[in-house]
Amino acid sequence: MTSSTTQADGLAGASNSLHPDAARLDRLRDRAQFIRLETIRLIDIAKTGHYSSVFSAAEIFAALYYDVMSLRQGDPDWADRDRFTIGKGHAAVGLFPIYADLGFFPAGWLDDYTRLGSPLGDHPDMRKVPGVDFSSGSIGHALSNGLGIALGQRWTGGDYKVFCMMGDGEMQEGQVWEAATCAAQMKAANLIAIVDRNGFQLDGRVEDVMNIEPLAEKWRAFGWEVHEVDGHDLTALTALLRRVRADDNRTRPCCIIAHTRKGKGVDYMEREPGWHLGWLEPGDAQRAADEIVGKVIG
Amino acid sequence: MSAPLSPDSWNYRELNMKNPGLDHLSNGLARLVERGQNVVAASADLKYSNGLNRFAEAYPERYLSCGIAEQNMVSMAAGLATCGVVPWVATFASFLGLLCAEQIRMDVAYGAQPVRLVGHHTGIALGFYGTSHHATEDIGTMRSIADLTIVSPADGAQLEAAIAASETWDRPIYFRIGRGRDPVVYGADTTFTFGRAQIHGEGTDLTIIACGQPVHEAIRAAQAMNAAGLSVGVIDMASIKPIDRDAILEASARSGRLMTVEEHNVLGGLGSAVAEVLADEGMGVKLKRHGVYDEYALIGPPTHLYEHYRLDAAGIRREAESFLAI
Repeated sequence: MTSSTTQADGLAGASNSLHPDAARLDRLRDRAQFIRLETIRLIDIAKTGHYSSVFSAAEIFAALYYDVMSLRQGDPDWADRDRFTIGKGHAAVGLFPIYADLGFFPAGWLDDYTRLGSPLGDHPDMRKVPGVDFSSGSIGHALSNGLGIALGQRWTGGDYKVFCMMGDGEMQEGQVWEAATCAAQMKAANLIAIVDRNGFQLDGRVEDVMNIEPLAEKWRAFGWEVHEVDGHDLTALTALLRRVRADDNRTRPCCIIAHTRKGKGVDYMEREPGWHLGWLEPGDAQRAADEIVGKVIG
Repeated sequence: MSAPLSPDSWNYRELNMKNPGLDHLSNGLARLVERGQNVVAASADLKYSNGLNRFAEAYPERYLSCGIAEQNMVSMAAGLATCGVVPWVATFASFLGLLCAEQIRMDVAYGAQPVRLVGHHTGIALGFYGTSHHATEDIGTMRSIADLTIVSPADGAQLEAAIAASETWDRPIYFRIGRGRDPVVYGADTTFTFGRAQIHGEGTDLTIIACGQPVHEAIRAAQAMNAAGLSVGVIDMASIKPIDRDAILEASARSGRLMTVEEHNVLGGLGSAVAEVLADEGMGVKLKRHGVYDEYALIGPPTHLYEHYRLDAAGIRREAESFLAI
């Protein structure tokens, strides 16, 4: 997939400063690889997990947490931090290593992922995990949660943006469209939704299970500013996220449809959608890790 | 004001303006704002039904019109609460306590956010609107959600007192209230404490434990029975969760029998909560659970329904006397 932000959004004239420089790009690629490798390691502890749901989102996670979002190392409760809510909470296994890396909790917690009494489960829990801005697991709530946080600025005077990542299967949930309607009505311009458009859900292709197209037209029709981008193209993705984050003139919420590949980085996962949920035996896990290390993504 | 409101009349907006019973929610919230609490109120196209139109007029910047989208309203309120805002969301109890049960569990209670949920027109207060608008299950659904406090005030003054008490209660609360035409039980000086019941007389023959609008009727029934030579006390269990265990145990030690009265299914509501306390403590007292007997209520004007389901004073007395005669 090569659709670039520049072409899709007419950003050709945008300032080059929006584009990550070579050193930053290397760093983001490295962190996306780290997210994938840690996901393999953690799921091996649990013996089941959502590899491919993380792999489609790894570049988005990396761009947000290591470049775009306003955060402070080691300070997950900083009042003016950018917030992140996630509807596809089953991808939390890819977020926890980031939070440990950012010093939000001790890295040792990761070693007990999903073990009895661990704060870290298949879905993120705001009561247990520093860095989780809102709990997730029931698909369809996250945009409403994010909208509430975005509106919170009006009564608290905070200075932050709210990013909400949703799965494409999540677009089938009615509450998403309640929130979409409400966010437009309330002109929640500091709310930025990202749809991880990887094309698959548990039972198969999204278009076969319950078609959600025309997705961009739907978001536009609901009154949102809409962008489409290759969700693995770190240059285009980061530039777009930087731009929408910095745009203080926007008067409506913004939705980015990130076209991604389920299982991105491991060939057979990209070919076999059944990898939404699974476990790699040790030899397979090592081969998957080797494949990831041997690739340049983004 | 012209003629007094008929309890069966339904002229919507005009009657809203004439009904001082709808002042209490807005008054309570206004007082919290005056005391410096960062309150935001939200409703799902029902501000004239719950009286939040008054709050919205006084504090337009603190009112969120959420449209007919209750689940988004609840999840959004939970997000708001993470920012230090205290959101009050109100809609019909049938939609809040049932339609939004999962959002309340996941986002509000599990999220430990101090959202205040106001389910109004609860029980069979919506009369001929029918089962879609009745809420005879909401105590049951809400009571099984961990960390959620449940308050069922008997009247507007007690609602205001409970709202005032919420200022220092950092847990999420489900308020189960009527339609703003509840007969008056308390004066404006009444107080409310979470986990504490209000005792309206002690009785050795029977203690009636009630919540919500039936409290008024239970007190009248007890008065009639006491005048006839019986000894009947009444407990207003407005704090359903946490429940006042001591009040229940003292009543069971004092009275030969206990009877619960609620505008709710007898399964899962106040009667079940009292039965759990009695069973936990091994109290061998006889208990009659009176309410809606695991059925969907008929269509009819509210007052007719209260009479039909023996939730008015005369009906409660009949139920109590037949219970005592067993």
